[in-house]
Amino acid sequence: MAKKLMKGSEAIGEAAVQAGCKLFFGYPITPQNEIPEYMSMRLPQIGGAFVQAESEVAASNMIYGAAGAGERVMTSSSSPGVSLMSEAISYLAGSELPVVIVNIVRAGPGLGGILPSQGDYFQATKASGHGDFRVLVLAPWSIQEAADLVQDAFDLADYYRNPVMILGDGLIGQMMEPVEFFEGRVPTKELEPKTWATTGCDGSRPTNVVNSLFLDPEELEQHNIHLKAKYDRMVADEVRFAGYGTDEDYDVLIVAYGTVARVCSTAMEELREEGIKVALIRPVSLYPFPYRAIREAAMKAGSVLVVELSTGQMIEDVQLALARSRPVHFHNRLGGMLVSPDEVVAKVKAMLGGQSEEVHHG
Amino acid sequence: MAETVFARPESLADVSTHYCPGCTHGSIHRLVAEVLDELGVRERTVGIAPVGCSVLAYNYFNVDFQQAAHGRAPAVATGVKRARPDLIVFAYQGDGDLASIGMAEIVHCANRGEKITVVFVNNAIYGMTGGQMAPTTMPGQVATTCQLGRDVDSAGHPIRVAELMATLRTPAFVARATVHNPLVSIHAKEMLRRAFTYQVEGTCFSLVEVLSTCPTNWGIPPVEATGWLEKNMLPYYPVGIFKTPESGSREPKPLVD
Repeated sequence: MAKKLMKGSEAIGEAAVQAGCKLFFGYPITPQNEIPEYMSMRLPQIGGAFVQAESEVAASNMIYGAAGAGERVMTSSSSPGVSLMSEAISYLAGSELPVVIVNIVRAGPGLGGILPSQGDYFQATKASGHGDFRVLVLAPWSIQEAADLVQDAFDLADYYRNPVMILGDGLIGQMMEPVEFFEGRVPTKELEPKTWATTGCDGSRPTNVVNSLFLDPEELEQHNIHLKAKYDRMVADEVRFAGYGTDEDYDVLIVAYGTVARVCSTAMEELREEGIKVALIRPVSLYPFPYRAIREAAMKAGSVLVVELSTGQMIEDVQLALARSRPVHFHNRLGGMLVSPDEVVAKVKAMLGGQSEEVHHG
Repeated sequence: MAETVFARPESLADVSTHYCPGCTHGSIHRLVAEVLDELGVRERTVGIAPVGCSVLAYNYFNVDFQQAAHGRAPAVATGVKRARPDLIVFAYQGDGDLASIGMAEIVHCANRGEKITVVFVNNAIYGMTGGQMAPTTMPGQVATTCQLGRDVDSAGHPIRVAELMATLRTPAFVARATVHNPLVSIHAKEMLRRAFTYQVEGTCFSLVEVLSTCPTNWGIPPVEATGWLEKNMLPYYPVGIFKTPESGSREPKPLVD
C-alpha cells in the first residue's frame, strides 16, 4: 500500500482494523476523540461494531466481554479515563483476556490539562490496577511506529492472553505524518486458536469460564505463579528499544521515550555538529523495560541524562538499571509544556561543564 | 418401564450450591436453566456472573460463563453480544450489583436496547458481605449498616428497578416475579421464558426482576422469610409486566397544549 498522510489517531484506528480488530468500545475524552470517531465510521464498513459506552468503566468491561468471546477488540482513552478503566484492566489481566488499550496521555493529576505528558508512566508500567499483575506497554515516537505497534499489540495480546497498552501523548494523537500499511503482514507471533473463549459450548467441549476469582488461596497462589511465569517470558522475549549513535563513542547517554525521544534526537544532532559526543537510547517497550540495554549503553558514557514530561518516573527504572554505576541527570517539563531541543542541548552542556547536579533516589 | 417426569435440566450443572437454607437463588437458577433447555439454546448461551451471593453462578450453570466485576455484568454482556450476536447472553445480578454499583451499566445497556436478558434477583439486602443495607432494603428494615432500620430521610426509599427501567423509551420487556411458593414460581418461569424468547427472536432487551428471600441476613427462619417477603416486599414490589416491546412507552407530555 502507498504511503498516506494520516493523523495519529486515525492511523491508530486503521492499524487496529488492519490487525483484525472488529470491535471498539470507548468514551469521549480529549485528546483522543478522533480514535473513537474514526472507529464509529470504519467498523460498520467491515461488519464490526462500535459502541459509545456510558463511561470508561463500562467501555473497559465491554472489551472484557468481547475479548472473552474470542474477538479482537480495542478501546482508547486518556489519563483520567484510563484511571476509570483500572478496575477492568485488573480483571482483564486476572482473567487473561487479550485486549489493546490506547492511552493518549494528558497532563495531571486530577482533571489536569489536555496537553502532552508522560505522567502516566508509573500507572501504565507498575500500577494499572489492584493486584499483582503486569500490562505490556509500548510507546511509539512516530505515527508510523504507532501504526506498527498497534498491529503488533494485537498479536502480543493474543499470544500472552494479556492486556497490551499503547502509551502515547497528544502529539502522537494529533500530528499528521505519512503512514504505510503493509499488505500481507505476517503476525509477530504464532497464534493458537482461542479454545478458551466463551463462544457457546456447542456440545463438543466442556463449558468455558472466563474468571479471575479463586477463593482457595492455594489455587490463587498457583494462578499468581502462572501469571508471573508469563510476565517472565515477556521480560525475556519482548524487550524493545532503539539506540541512536550507541555504536560510536560518546560521553553522555540520553534516555527518553515517545515523542520526547524525538526532541532529544534533534538535540543530539545539534550537539554532535558541535563536536559533543552524545548517544540516545529509547525504550519502546516500557514494560518490559530495557534495563540491560540501558546498562550496557551507559557503561560507555561518563554520565546519563533522562528527559521526561513528568516529575521523574522512568528515571527510577534507569537508576535501577544503573545501580549508581553512572551519575544520572534529569531534565523535564510539566503540565503539558514540551521539552525543546535547545533545553536538552543546554542541559548536556551544563552536565559536561559541571553545572548540573546528579539526581539520587533512595 | 418407568418414565422420567422430573429431572435436572441439562443447563444446570450437577453440583451442590453454596446457597443458604431458604435462599431462592437455587430455585431461580433452576427456572432459568429450564427455560434455556426448553428454548434449545444451551449450547449457544453465555451467562455473566455478578459479584454478590451468585458470584459462583458459573459453577452452577452448564453453559459458558464470564465472571464480571461488581455491577458491570450488563457492560460485559454488551461486549459478548456485540462480538457474537448469534449467542444468547444473560446477566444474572443481585440488588447491590445491579441497583447500586451497577446502576449506570444497567440503565444504559437497556437504553441502547442490547439484545440480552437480565435476571435481577432482589432480596432487599447485601447477602455475601453479611447483611448490609441494599438500595432495595425496605423502609425500617434492619441491616448491619442501618441497625435501627432503614431511615428513608437519610438513605432514601428503596429503588423499584422494574418500574424505573420501564420508563425508558427504547423497546424492552420488563417484568417482576417472585418464587416464594410453587404457584408464583410458575408465573416467574413464564416471565423468564418470555424474556429469553424476545432475545432469541432478536426483538429487544429484557429484564426480569425476581424477588428472593434471604433468611440468613434477614435473621429469620426460612418459613417465616416467605411470609415476610409476602407481607413487606410484595406490596411495594408488585409482580407483573411493566413494559413490552409491543406496548411501547408513555410519550412525553408537552408542557402546553
